[in-house]
Amino acid sequence: MLKYLARRLSATLLVITLVSMSVFGIFAVLPMDPAALTCGKACSPTVIEGNRHRLGLDVPVHVQYGRFVKGLFVGRDYGDGAAAFHCPAPAFGYSFNRHECVTKLVGEAFPVTLSLAVGAFILWLSVGVSLGIWAARKKNQWQDRAATAFVLVGTSLPTFITGILILLFVALKFNLINPLEMGRWVSPLEDPVAWFRTFVFPWIVLALLYAAGYTRFTRSNVIETSSEDYIRTARAKGLAEKDILRKHTLRAALAPIITLAGLDFAGLLGGAIITEGIFNLPGLGRLSIRAVLNDYDLPTILATTILAATFVIVANLLVDILYAYIDPRVRVAS
Amino acid sequence: MTKKPFLEVKNLNVAFPTEDGLVQASNDISFTVARGETLAVVGESGSGKSVTSLAVMGLHDRKRTQITGQAFLNLESGPVDVISADEEVVRKLRGKEMSMIFQDPMSALHPYYSIGNQLIEAWALYNEGSKEDGKKRAIEMLDLVGIPAATKRVDEFPHQFSGGMRQRVMIAMALINNPSLLIADEPTTALDVTVQSQILKLIRDMQKEFNTALILITHDLGVVAEVADRVNVMYAGKIVESGGAEDIYYRPDHPYSIGLLNSIPKIGELDAKRLVAIPGQPPSLINLPVGCSFRARCSFADRVPNNLCATTTPTLNEKGSQHLSRCHLPESELVKARAEIGGR
Repeated sequence: MLKYLARRLSATLLVITLVSMSVFGIFAVLPMDPAALTCGKACSPTVIEGNRHRLGLDVPVHVQYGRFVKGLFVGRDYGDGAAAFHCPAPAFGYSFNRHECVTKLVGEAFPVTLSLAVGAFILWLSVGVSLGIWAARKKNQWQDRAATAFVLVGTSLPTFITGILILLFVALKFNLINPLEMGRWVSPLEDPVAWFRTFVFPWIVLALLYAAGYTRFTRSNVIETSSEDYIRTARAKGLAEKDILRKHTLRAALAPIITLAGLDFAGLLGGAIITEGIFNLPGLGRLSIRAVLNDYDLPTILATTILAATFVIVANLLVDILYAYIDPRVRVAS
Repeated sequence: MTKKPFLEVKNLNVAFPTEDGLVQASNDISFTVARGETLAVVGESGSGKSVTSLAVMGLHDRKRTQITGQAFLNLESGPVDVISADEEVVRKLRGKEMSMIFQDPMSALHPYYSIGNQLIEAWALYNEGSKEDGKKRAIEMLDLVGIPAATKRVDEFPHQFSGGMRQRVMIAMALINNPSLLIADEPTTALDVTVQSQILKLIRDMQKEFNTALILITHDLGVVAEVADRVNVMYAGKIVESGGAEDIYYRPDHPYSIGLLNSIPKIGELDAKRLVAIPGQPPSLINLPVGCSFRARCSFADRVPNNLCATTTPTLNEKGSQHLSRCHLPESELVKARAEIGGR
């Protein structure tokens, strides 16, 4: 097991390195000059060259990448003399548009996205899985049909529709959130109630989409597992139906859902662009989209892209390890 | 045997409503099995062998199955009809008074739980005691069914066992609470030929050890010859012939039994002939027509007078002591028929 872990961990590090290299490489060949983007239209070549040097863009790409990696570990200094400044480790770069170290921007946005993702995750997982189990047990009865209707509606309505509908016709109509305070980041440690009020509607919007998919997946898994021979064995042993469901059916039926859930959650950590946009949440999704659309803020885009990729890769690793724990067949094969 | 048989099935009917109509899977089945006795049930796929035994175990979904008739378990506390009894009552008989092992041992054990876990679970349902007691009992049972290094293997998972070994585990699990009735539904079909005879011998040994009533469902007549006391031959949901193993082998009465016997190779026969298969397919179990269900495939139907096979459904008639057959063929024609096919 330890050997397996070491192998997987090094493979994961390798993948993250490769991803960061390719993202870095892509930005290097983009037909945009990051140094030119640092100042406005009326910009003298001297200023551009000065900024190019200050940002370390005047050296070859591989040297830039080396500095980038080094900055991740020890922090990074820009410029010299009176204009010198420092981004502490892990430094993802410096956003000239925002006049901030990217790490600081990401650090501010991440708790927002994390709050959004965790809440939505808990909501969709509990609703989706329990609804799926319920539908499977009431297969072909009206409860099952109701669940199917929910699945249809949930999967076919995009978040920008449900989001706006819920915002306009529930949240604002019944004065459940103050439009002036919408999207204000409050730490759950400082003011849990305000935090909850900020996030409850975004959670519902995101969870609606995912819960529908999870309902369908859980339902079909439970139904499929119920017809397995080993469930018949459990019944022949004399186990009660509720124990068969709890111990035998769900154990096998929910295992694949863990894989799905891990990856979906990690995907969300990279930012939920639409939901964050609708509810004005200053998370990673909005940080990325703003960096892309308004600012051409390459260091920020680089950081959020690498971060999002890293979340997915790490989640993959965690899911695999967890799966080995759940399914003994995987354990031995490794 | 003066003692009352442990299982008495009387006029059991099992039918499944489908969109195409009612599938009459088991039709007016009656038989008994006593402790220590082996009843073999033979017949091709879809003849109602498994359906009947699943009904005895109470494993059909009552909402989706129409079951009539009776199946009494003669317990020490008195007889219980598992067909009409409350589902919860029947559940508590499963694993304790009656157990079942299935055809495919590769999929009959839960892949996520260790062998020990699954055995202990079966034991703990009907026994007070700690997990250690259960484990001790599990190891004891694994030892008994011939699993080497049982103390070590009890913690292993199903995928670490071969097919034959898994079937041994299934047998250990079925017998862990010393049930009075064991139903083995084609227990050797999915196994290698060499393993088949080992498993069969094990089942027979275990039956002696625990003095269990055994219902052995199979389509392998070789298996039947080895272990059965009595045989029920089933066709299209009905028992077409029932008798002692000797009767069925040496004095088969029903053309279907004769056909089955003809279709197995005889080792040591000098003038090796091609095996004689029974032509045709079994009929659909939806809306079975009046008359004999086997007549379309029967090579002797034309010898029955008055077209009786098509107009009258044959009943189970006494042909000898404890030997019943469901056929219109007159005795004189039957003797001729047996001689023609070479008989035994």
